[in-house]
Amino acid sequence: MVDAAAPSSAPTASSTRDLVTADGTPLKVALARATRLSKLRAFLLVAPLLLFILVSFIFPIVQMLWRSIDNPEVTDAIPRTAALLEDWNGEDLPSEQVYAALIEEISADGMRQEIGRMGARLNYEDGGFRSLINKTQRGAGEISESPIQYAMIGFDEAWEKQDTWAELDALAESPGFAAAFPATAEKLRAWETGNSPFAEKTPGADVYETLFEELSGSGNSTDIAQVVSLLGGTDNPIADLIQRTAANAAEIKDRPLRFALGGVDKDWNDTATWKVIKAVSPPVTMSYYLNALDRTYDANGNIVMQPEWKQIYVDLFLKTIYVSLGVTLCCIVLAYPIAHLLAILPAKHSNLLLILVLLPFWTSLLVRTTSWIVLLQSQGVVNDVLFFLGIVTDESRLQLIYNMTGTVIAMTHILLPFMVLPLYSVMKTISPSYLRAARSLGANPLVAFVRVYVPQTVPGIGAGSILVFILAIGYYITPALVGGQDGQLISNFIAYHMQRSLNWGMAAALGTVLLAGVLAMYWLYDRLVGIDNMKLG
Amino acid sequence: MKTLLKSVSMAALGFAMLGTAGTASAETLTIVSWGGAYTKSQVEAYHKPWIAKTGDTINSEDYNGGLAEVRAQVEAGNVTWDLVDFELSDAVRGCDEGILEILPINELPAGDDGTPAVEDFISGTLHECSVGEIVWSTVYAYDTTKLSSAPTTIADFFNLQDFPGKRGMRKTPKANLEMALMADGVPADEVYETLSTQAGVERAFAKLDTIKDETIWWEAGAQPPQLLADGEVVMTTAYNGRLFNAIVTEGKPFEIVWDGQVWDIDLWAIPKGAPNKDRAWEFIKFATDTTRLADQSNYISYGPVRKSSFAKVTPEMQPHMPTAPDNFKNPLQNDFEFWADYGDELNERFNAWLAS
Repeated sequence: MVDAAAPSSAPTASSTRDLVTADGTPLKVALARATRLSKLRAFLLVAPLLLFILVSFIFPIVQMLWRSIDNPEVTDAIPRTAALLEDWNGEDLPSEQVYAALIEEISADGMRQEIGRMGARLNYEDGGFRSLINKTQRGAGEISESPIQYAMIGFDEAWEKQDTWAELDALAESPGFAAAFPATAEKLRAWETGNSPFAEKTPGADVYETLFEELSGSGNSTDIAQVVSLLGGTDNPIADLIQRTAANAAEIKDRPLRFALGGVDKDWNDTATWKVIKAVSPPVTMSYYLNALDRTYDANGNIVMQPEWKQIYVDLFLKTIYVSLGVTLCCIVLAYPIAHLLAILPAKHSNLLLILVLLPFWTSLLVRTTSWIVLLQSQGVVNDVLFFLGIVTDESRLQLIYNMTGTVIAMTHILLPFMVLPLYSVMKTISPSYLRAARSLGANPLVAFVRVYVPQTVPGIGAGSILVFILAIGYYITPALVGGQDGQLISNFIAYHMQRSLNWGMAAALGTVLLAGVLAMYWLYDRLVGIDNMKLG
Repeated sequence: MKTLLKSVSMAALGFAMLGTAGTASAETLTIVSWGGAYTKSQVEAYHKPWIAKTGDTINSEDYNGGLAEVRAQVEAGNVTWDLVDFELSDAVRGCDEGILEILPINELPAGDDGTPAVEDFISGTLHECSVGEIVWSTVYAYDTTKLSSAPTTIADFFNLQDFPGKRGMRKTPKANLEMALMADGVPADEVYETLSTQAGVERAFAKLDTIKDETIWWEAGAQPPQLLADGEVVMTTAYNGRLFNAIVTEGKPFEIVWDGQVWDIDLWAIPKGAPNKDRAWEFIKFATDTTRLADQSNYISYGPVRKSSFAKVTPEMQPHMPTAPDNFKNPLQNDFEFWADYGDELNERFNAWLAS
């Protein structure tokens, strides 16, 4: 609207020769204004529909595409740990700093929801992470209160046992022990008086810290040897424990949090655990797509095939495509004669037949599917008839349902109207005189039919095939009910990930791959047949 | 009797409506459960007395389990469900992911014998976000008219030589792997330990392999009694309540084998941000008291989770409870921690196994 007035203020040499309207505006401009107005009006007319499509169709699809690569769980829950892990070389265990960050972040108040989601996300990569994260969340708070205590327990869980401390406590009275570890002996005596016979199983953090201090002090090998001999030599497990703790004291002191987390679960002392966390850290991931194609990242970030027992999706995609093609083919074979008959019969008969085609179309999908169960099951109508006719014996009744056969039969029946209707509408327009002309020019009925009639129905076949194929490729209820074990299609797994495993990223990736597949098929169809040749009626 | 009950409760409802008409206390609760005979038992035992007591309106909706709907509602910030009947693994997982309300468990009423709630509920049925309701069980049943000799153990389910014929099993690894291991001679208390090793999983699948070709897989709880009745299978795993319904109410010639039953619990939980969450919590407190829990077992053969309710279960229903001493000889409790951890992985493996 703004520029509509502009050209009239600067008439050029050429435009002066142009036609102008009564008010002096060049005709071109006036025309442009008029068409722009009508275009705007047209746009406003379609705007509600456009908006509706945007909100209810385009937006969800974009959101689904986004979900298939969105990966915020780890960075939301433990941002600092994730950032620190980026610099980790992946060979040795991560630095003490990483452990400290993890302990602090995982036990932070008010982050429970984020931590829970992270556990679920990590569990998709490797089973067992959910409980690991939950366990660590419960245990991490205590660790930061007394790292040394939990480091000792993490080094050897015997430090958490009542027996260990009972024996040390008994020893605390002996002068030899008091001479070797004076501070510990004193603490133990204090613990004992305040703790009538072992109401607490293990002493407080201060006792652990004092003992550790004395175990790790320099030049204490004679003291340790003395305590070991007091305990009756290294055959005594507690003497052995003391000796080993002392020998590793420097390491424990250096990295208390590593030992402490290792005490919560030994998986934290395994680089594989950290590698998974690191791999899942980036805010955007391809791993759902890799999974959807039976591939995964190995520990070093290379793309490799999933272990054999996890390879299901590629086969399923292929199976889905084969089944959809098979159903489409069955539909063509069945629908062609029906549509032909409908097209050539006089209206009063064909209308009745058309209602017979449409009637199941108006019946609930579930009702139709369950009717097939009644018909096809091994004690069902079809088998009973075959048995009655003596074609099968009671032992050899045909398994027609809960397998691929059932899926194909039920899907073909349900999708048949989508093939009949476009075919019928195309055949209806084919004038019978073409066939008559072909016959009069010497073609026999078969040649006339194949070379004259069939080519004219191709647009109908194309339209019906595309409808049936695209509906079939996303079919879900029917395979779920009659598919049994081998009649499952990819959409059943999308539903499974939406409803059961709650792995919506995976569902989105599978859905996107399916969408891409359909678009590829569409493109192929366009190249081979030409989309302009399609007629829906 | 039923019509009498109905008219009494309708009258009570009308009375309650009159009594509370015009006051602000009546609310609408949306309560979501599993449908069928199970929801019906809840309507009889919980909804009707609650309506009579408070004058609330209750919308009873059905769902098929899982957390998908609740998660979608919470994420969209548009929660319409007030109360949901969950399986344990879902309740725990929903709590971990923060999509369920944390409940003040210590407010639950004591049992009618005075035992505090925390001790009255059998262990493992009270959680941070959920309150237990019933004990249900996956068992197997057979058609007595189709088999010449009666199977008695879980191993018989996998014994095609002595008990030929099609089997029915739920299309999920849950309970099936456990049953396979128990049938293969693993004691109930070592099942999950065995299953958490690679070799244990192989062993369970190898056992399932022996009947794979003879198995029909079901998904909805109503399917297995139907499969049995249609003669599609001679024995099938199923939920004991559904079998009870078929045997006692419909008079079908089925027999339940309780050996190797895998029992689990159902719980109430409130989605985060539920519109009437305070009222929903009041409902939970009401519905899980000693009397109500015992009353539900009159309508379906699922056991109450309160110890004080056991004694109040009517003598006719006692032998049908999963927890009845005769039935509870070799039980296995479904381990939700195990399934929360390995469920996804084993499901994938199970699906790959099915398709191969």
